[in-house]
Amino acid sequence: MTKLLRKVLAFLLEPFDLYLLALLGALAFVGLLTLYSASDGSWTRWSGQVINFAAALVCMWLVAHVTPNRLASLALPLYLLGVLLLVGVALNGEVVNGARRWLHVGVTRIQPSELVKLATPMMIAWYLQRYQDDLRPLHFAAAAVLVALPLGLVLRQPDLGTAMLIGAAGFYTIFLAGLRYRVITALMVMGVASLPVLWSLMHDYQRKRILTLIDPTEDPLGAGYHTIQAIIAVGSGGVFGKGWTHGTQSHLDFLPERDTDFIFAVFAEEFGMVGAVIMIGLFIAIVLRGLRIASNASGLFPRLMAGSLALSFFTYAFVNIGMVIGVLPVVGVPLPLISYGGTSLVTMGLGFGILMSIHRHRGMMSAT
Amino acid sequence: MKLTTRQEISQNSQYQSRLQVAGAFIVVAFSLLLLRLLVLQTVQFDYYHTLAESNRISLVPSQPNRGLITDRNGIVLAENRAVYTLEIYPKEVTNLQETVKALAEVIKLTDVDRRRFDKRLKESRKFDSLALKSFLSDEEVARFSAQKFRFKGVELTTRLFRSYPMGNVAAHALGYVGRISPRDKAALEARSEAEAYAGIEAIGKDGVEKTYEADLRGAAGYAQVETDAAGRGVRTISRKASTPGNRLRLALDIRLQKIGEEAFAGRRGAAVAIEPATGDILALISQPSFDPNAFVDGIDANLWKELNESLDRPLTNRPLRGAYPPGSTIKPFMALAALETGTRSPERTIFDPGFYTLPGQGHQYRCWKTEGHGAVDLQRSVIVSCDTYYYGLAVEMGIEKMHDFLSRFNFGKPSGIDIDGERNGLNPNEAWKRARFKDKWYTGDTVSAGIGQGYVLATPMQLAYAAAVMANRGVAWKPHLGKEVVDSQTGKVRRIELQPAYKTQFNDENLERVRAAMVGVTQPGGTAAQAGAGAPYTIAGKTGTAQVIGMKQGQKYRESEVDERHRDHAWFIAFAPADDPKIALAVLVENGGHGGSAAAPIARKLMDYWILGKTPDAANAPAAPPTNDAAAPHD
Repeated sequence: MTKLLRKVLAFLLEPFDLYLLALLGALAFVGLLTLYSASDGSWTRWSGQVINFAAALVCMWLVAHVTPNRLASLALPLYLLGVLLLVGVALNGEVVNGARRWLHVGVTRIQPSELVKLATPMMIAWYLQRYQDDLRPLHFAAAAVLVALPLGLVLRQPDLGTAMLIGAAGFYTIFLAGLRYRVITALMVMGVASLPVLWSLMHDYQRKRILTLIDPTEDPLGAGYHTIQAIIAVGSGGVFGKGWTHGTQSHLDFLPERDTDFIFAVFAEEFGMVGAVIMIGLFIAIVLRGLRIASNASGLFPRLMAGSLALSFFTYAFVNIGMVIGVLPVVGVPLPLISYGGTSLVTMGLGFGILMSIHRHRGMMSAT
Repeated sequence: MKLTTRQEISQNSQYQSRLQVAGAFIVVAFSLLLLRLLVLQTVQFDYYHTLAESNRISLVPSQPNRGLITDRNGIVLAENRAVYTLEIYPKEVTNLQETVKALAEVIKLTDVDRRRFDKRLKESRKFDSLALKSFLSDEEVARFSAQKFRFKGVELTTRLFRSYPMGNVAAHALGYVGRISPRDKAALEARSEAEAYAGIEAIGKDGVEKTYEADLRGAAGYAQVETDAAGRGVRTISRKASTPGNRLRLALDIRLQKIGEEAFAGRRGAAVAIEPATGDILALISQPSFDPNAFVDGIDANLWKELNESLDRPLTNRPLRGAYPPGSTIKPFMALAALETGTRSPERTIFDPGFYTLPGQGHQYRCWKTEGHGAVDLQRSVIVSCDTYYYGLAVEMGIEKMHDFLSRFNFGKPSGIDIDGERNGLNPNEAWKRARFKDKWYTGDTVSAGIGQGYVLATPMQLAYAAAVMANRGVAWKPHLGKEVVDSQTGKVRRIELQPAYKTQFNDENLERVRAAMVGVTQPGGTAAQAGAGAPYTIAGKTGTAQVIGMKQGQKYRESEVDERHRDHAWFIAFAPADDPKIALAVLVENGGHGGSAAAPIARKLMDYWILGKTPDAANAPAAPPTNDAAAPHD
C-alpha cells in the first residue's frame, strides 16, 4: 500500500523541481490566507480561487512534460496565433470598461494578450536560437520588431500594464542573449528623450495616473483615492500588523479592488513589516531559483526562456507592490499567486511549467 | 553537455554574467521596495496609524431621487417617499438578540420585520449596516429618539422609498422596484453597469420600471465624510449632489384604467386599449391585481407565497401572458381573409342548419345556435357570429392561406410592447404541427381553427393590436406604454419615438365591408346589440366566447351546470368611432360566459369615457333602451 502511494507520489512529483514547487506552495498558502480576509470571508470567492490554483497546477504539470525542443517548435505558431487574435480584438473585440481587450470565440470570450505574454519571449528565444552561431546586430533589431508588434497592438487596446509586461519579457530575452551594454545605454537615453512624445500619445486616464503618482493628494477622490487609501493601509500596519482579518482599512470599504490588484495592501496592513519581508523574501527566492534553472540549462532557447520567465515573474510582483505602496503608477497588474483571478493564475501555471520542463530536461543536448 | 568551440564557451560565460547582473538587479529592486515599506510602516507608522484609527475620510454615496412616472395627463403613478428607518450596525452591537428584543419594546416589530432582518443579516457582510424596520411612524420615531442612549449601534436614518400612490391600479403596466438581488448584481456586472449602482439600493424589476430603468435611475452623489474608528460619519466635508432620475410620462390614462378595472367588478380578466393612430396604450388591465408597494422593501416570503400560489394568479400579467383561444373574435379577420384571398364573395350565401359536417364524415361541428341561422352571407355571418359559415370558409381557404393572412394581423407574434414577458400566442399551420406534435394536419383541425378554437391562441394584447390595425386600415404602430422622458437636469422632453411596426395593404372595398359588418354587431340584431345601445357614436365590434373545456358530441353546454372555473371565457374586441377610430380595444373576462353580456359592457364603459369623457358614476346617464330582439343573441 505504501509502495503504491509512493509510486503515485513519485509520478505526480517527478516532473517538478521540488525546491521551486515548495516555494510556490508557500506563496500560494500566503495568497489564500490573504484572499480569505480580503474577500471578507466570502466562501465562493475563496473556493473559486482554490479551483483556479488547481487548474494552474494541472497546466504546470502537463507543460513540465513537454520537452524544450517541442516548446521551441511551438513558438512560431503560438506567436502568430497570438498576433492574429490581437488583430481580431482590434477589429472586432468587445469593449469592457472602455478598453477593447476581449474577443468572442464561439461560446466563450478570451483575452489574447495573456497568450502573447508567453508567446512573445518564446518567439524571440526561438528566433535567436536559430541564428545563435552568428548573432549580429541585425538579428537583435529583428527581435525588437517581434516584440514591438504585439506590444503595439496591446498598447492600442489600451492596456498599459500588459503592454509593459510584454515589453519587459521581450527585453529580458534580448538582454540575456547578449545585447551589448552600449546599445542598451543608447536606447535608454533615446527612451528618456522620447518621453514627451509618449506623453502626447497617452490616454487621459493614463496621464492622470502618472500625475497622481507624483502627487496623489491632488485628486483625493478620483485617481489618487486608490493610492492614498492603500498607503494608509500599509503604513498603519506597522511592524507586526493588525492581525489576520483585522485590517480596518480593508474591511471598512476604504480599499478598492482589495482582493485583486490591491491585495498587497490588505496583506501589509494585517501582517505588517514582518509579513511583507517574508512575502518579498519568497518572491526573491522564487526568482533566484528561476535564474538558477536558467543558469543550468543547456541550449540557447531553454536558457533565454527560463531567464525571461524568472525575470517576468519578478516584474509582476515588483510592479504590483510598487503600485500599491505608491512608487509606480497604477496599472492593472495582479500580484502573482496572491490576487484573485483565474486567467493570470493559469498563465503563471503555464510559465512555471515551462521552467519545470527546462529544469527537468537540463541535461539534454539541444537541437541546433 | 559538451562545450566544444571557443565561441560557445565565450557565449556561455557572457550568458552567466548576464544572469548575475539580472540577479543583482532584482535583489536591489526588491530591497528598494522593502526600504519604502520600512519607511511607511516604522518611521511614518504613527502618522498613518492616526489616519487609519482616529479620523478617516470616506465616501458616502447619497441615493438619487428616482424619476417620477406619470400618466399621460401628468397624474403621478410612482414617486419617492422619505421614510424613517431604524438601522443596526451589527459589529457595534454586543448582543444582537438582546438589542432586538429591547427595541421591540420601543417600536412595533412584526414577524415580517424579524424575518426580513434575519435574511439581510445572512446576506450581508459584517461591516454593513442593516435596516431593521422601515416606515416608522412619527410616534415610534419620537419614542426611539427619547431612548436612543440605551441602544448602541442603532441609528435612525431616512431613506427614500418608491411609492405607488394608486396602489394596485395599473400595477402590471408599472411593474415595481425591489432591492438589488445577488442575481441582479451579477447581471449588472456582466453588463459592466455595476458601478452606476453604487449607493443605489433599488432596481426596476418589472413593467415600465424595468424597461425605462436607465432613465429613471438617476446617478448617486457622494459626500466626503470624516468618520470615526468604527466607520461612522462625524462631519461632512464636501458633497456632490446626486442627479435625480428623469421623469417618465406614460401613454396610459390612469382614469380610463381605473374605470376599466372597476368595471371588472372583481371578475378575473384583462383588457387593453390602444390609440390606433399612434400605438399609445391607453389602458392595460389585468385583474385581479396586486399592490406593488409590497415589493419595494423586499416582499415578505409569506405574502409572496400567497400571491404566487393564489388560483386567481394576481401576479400574472394577463394581457401579455394570458394566451386564450380567440374564439369568434377571429371572425372579422377571417371574413376579410375570405374577401382578400377570393375564397368567398360577399354575396355567397350558405345555409346553416345548426351544424357543419365535412363531406363524407358523420362528425357534426355545431354552431352555437342549435337551431341554426338559416341563410347566411358574409355580412350576416359576422353580425350573428355564425359558426357554420366559418367552419366551411376555413376548409375552403385551407390552413396555410389562413395562417398567412392572420400573420398580417400579427397573430402568433409578439406585438413588441415596451415591457417584458409577452407571449407569442399561436397561429398554427401544418409545419408547426409537424414540429410540435410530429403529426400531420387534419382537416378537422382547420374546421376548429376557423372559429378561433382548436390550436389557435391569442393574448388580449394581440387581439387589441389586431383591432387597432383593422381600425387604422392596415397601418400598425408598435404599441407602447412610454410616451416621453423629461430630463431632470435640462427639462428637455425626449419623445419616445413612434415606431411604425409595419403596413399591410387591403382592398378598400373589402375592408369597408368587414368594418360595416362589425358595426352591425353592436346594433339591433347583432351579438353585442345591448352593449352598443344608445351610444352616440358608432362602434365596430365583435364578440367571442372561448371554450375552456371540450363538449362531448351531442352534449349541450349549460352554464349553470358547469363549474365556475370551467365556464367559457368572454371576449369583446372593438374600435370606435367606427369611421374615425380613437380607441381600439380587447376585453377578456375569464369564465365570464358570453362576450356580448360580460365583456362588451366593460368595453363600452372604456369607450364612453375615452370618446365622450363620461364616467360610469354619472348615474343620470340614460339607461340603455330596451332592445327589440327579445331573444338577445348571445355569442
